[in-house]
Amino acid sequence: MTPLEVHLRARRERAPLLVPYVTGGFGAGWTDVVRAAAAAGADAVEVGIPFSDPVMDGPTIQEASHRALASGATPASIVAEAARLDVDVPVVVMTYYNPVLHAGHERFAGSLADAGIAGAIVPDLPLDELDGWGEAATAAGVAPVLLAAPTTPPERLVRIGARTEGFLYAVALLGVTGERRDLAPEARGMGRRCREATDKPVLLGVGISTPEQAAEASSAADGVVVGSALVRILLEGGGPEAVGEAVAELRRALDRAGPSGSRP
Amino acid sequence: MRGEVTLGPPGPPPTGLGRFGAFGGRFVPETLVPALVELEGEFTRAWADAAFRDELAGLLGEYAGRPTPVTECHRLSERLGVRILLKREDLTHTGSHKINNVLGQALLTRRMGKAEVIAETGAGQHGVATATACALFGLGCRVFMGAVDVERQALNVFRMRLLGAEVVPVTSGSATLKDAVNEALRAWVATVGTTHYCLGSVVGPHPFPWIVRELQKVVGEEARAQCRDRLEGRDPDLVVACVGGGSNAIGTFAGFLDSPAELVGVEAAGHGLDSGRHGASVARGVPGVLHGARSLFLQDEHGQIAEAHSVSAGLDYPGVGPEHAALAASGRARYESATDREALDAFSLLSRTEGIVPALESAHALAWVAREARRSIPEGATVLVTLSGRGDKDAAQVADLLAAEREG
Ligand SMILES: Cc1ncc(COP(=O)(O)O)c(C=O)c1O
Repeated sequence: MTPLEVHLRARRERAPLLVPYVTGGFGAGWTDVVRAAAAAGADAVEVGIPFSDPVMDGPTIQEASHRALASGATPASIVAEAARLDVDVPVVVMTYYNPVLHAGHERFAGSLADAGIAGAIVPDLPLDELDGWGEAATAAGVAPVLLAAPTTPPERLVRIGARTEGFLYAVALLGVTGERRDLAPEARGMGRRCREATDKPVLLGVGISTPEQAAEASSAADGVVVGSALVRILLEGGGPEAVGEAVAELRRALDRAGPSGSRP
Repeated sequence: MRGEVTLGPPGPPPTGLGRFGAFGGRFVPETLVPALVELEGEFTRAWADAAFRDELAGLLGEYAGRPTPVTECHRLSERLGVRILLKREDLTHTGSHKINNVLGQALLTRRMGKAEVIAETGAGQHGVATATACALFGLGCRVFMGAVDVERQALNVFRMRLLGAEVVPVTSGSATLKDAVNEALRAWVATVGTTHYCLGSVVGPHPFPWIVRELQKVVGEEARAQCRDRLEGRDPDLVVACVGGGSNAIGTFAGFLDSPAELVGVEAAGHGLDSGRHGASVARGVPGVLHGARSLFLQDEHGQIAEAHSVSAGLDYPGVGPEHAALAASGRARYESATDREALDAFSLLSRTEGIVPALESAHALAWVAREARRSIPEGATVLVTLSGRGDKDAAQVADLLAAEREG
């Protein structure tokens, strides 16, 4: 079991897990944003390594990625800065496959491991194409985190659950990242299906933005990932403090909701 | 002969998970994987189903106007000193080879019981073809098009809307074809249960490069037979086609792979290969993964995809289909390029010598032949060029460019 999974398993006993997402390299103070999120009660933090063509992302994260790249951020510069984060919760990166392939599987996995990064989410690298990267990541001690979608058939979901490390990223709706007015109708069913398929921690993400949505979603999963709602605060000029407040609010809502109870 | 279309036997499917040599594959968000598996199964069954093939052949004949002729270019041949034959995809309904692919995918959409189609378009030809097929089949149609292309291909935007399609301008990134594909993929992730993504070239995740090649190979099969008729059983010495994503080229090449003909794909050299403003992904790209496939892409040293440039919207794409990457690696085909300037000259040259106004994309293939006829192509060689489309859509843009040049 990877340290990331051990950590999340221990934390989920207490309250639903909260994993905020921050676009790496977006703004000079992005590492302070990550620190603020960690200090405000995150159980892990997801750091985006921007890619020019993020097909799983909606307008908010597209814009932040674009600005980060325009300011000169590179995968290597972001990983180097992440190495100096010094937060007491695990950091997981989220990027796309081309920068990984371009760096080379072993080299990229090694650089993440050296930076103390616990896992990597590569949303355009599904189970069937995982091999080279998956092996390199596992060998380096970086958890390759897989995604499951509402369209994933049951038998495939079991295989994804078996292969993922750290946690299972359960995509909570049919669509790309971005805020939604309401929690998607399929979100909770998705969480339940994933928890039936694996006993690894299941985090629901995509379209979960408000404390209410987070609390509602967490009743069917081990926790949530919240991205666009936080990135929007940064796009609108907010800084570490504003993001920290938003994370604290999410934390309180999840703590009130309490642990999501016995697994099936 | 009109209305008599014969489809050749299915070509070799890719190996493994959509691999052409080291290229291809299915690098997409999990959400899309089941739909791609379904599409692969449906196409495999349909392509072996005589009723499906007959219906497609019927549509290609009665509706699209196939077979398209091969035209001998007497005045141009005399001018260049090589014998030039044109495969006339410009004469199809909607004016480019894109209709061949779209009619097949519309039939697949109906087989899968989906009611809506989305598509990306660069030059607008694939968008127009998709909108046309959707009108014919009563399917809903949404076309994603880069805002820059909406501007330079205004006529096609109007045609799509006239045909009942919704045109969605895409402003992200370079606001051209690459970004239109991104947005179409995002829209597909959100609607995959009810929508078919009608991809317009031999790019994207498996099974698209295979399906689109199979649906376009009618171009090469017809051309092979037509050349043999005309050349006393011989094949042409060279077979040349322009390469954006590469569908007209792969369709053409498929008919000649087992012939002695030299196969040449012509990419967009834009302002020149060393200008950093071009679309020559085989010449200057490196292996990578974009839009679901491993292939050759223009990118920086960190793996960020670069912006392509071409005067022709259909070639303004920083990648190439995986089967082309494999053909380049094996050496069975070679990839050359022509600049914006050369393409504009060829646009005028064909218009004046043969009375045929080519699409700017196709003009790149002609431009390479016009240049190399004076250099590397042996005198008297026979060259088949696929004229992938007609130039009506480009008339306004070229008029503006030429006027701007005159004003200096
Ligand atoms: C007339 C014409 N030719 C060629 C192309 C390039 O596409 P491909 O390389 O897939 O044939 C386009 C694309 O829009 C086109 O409209």
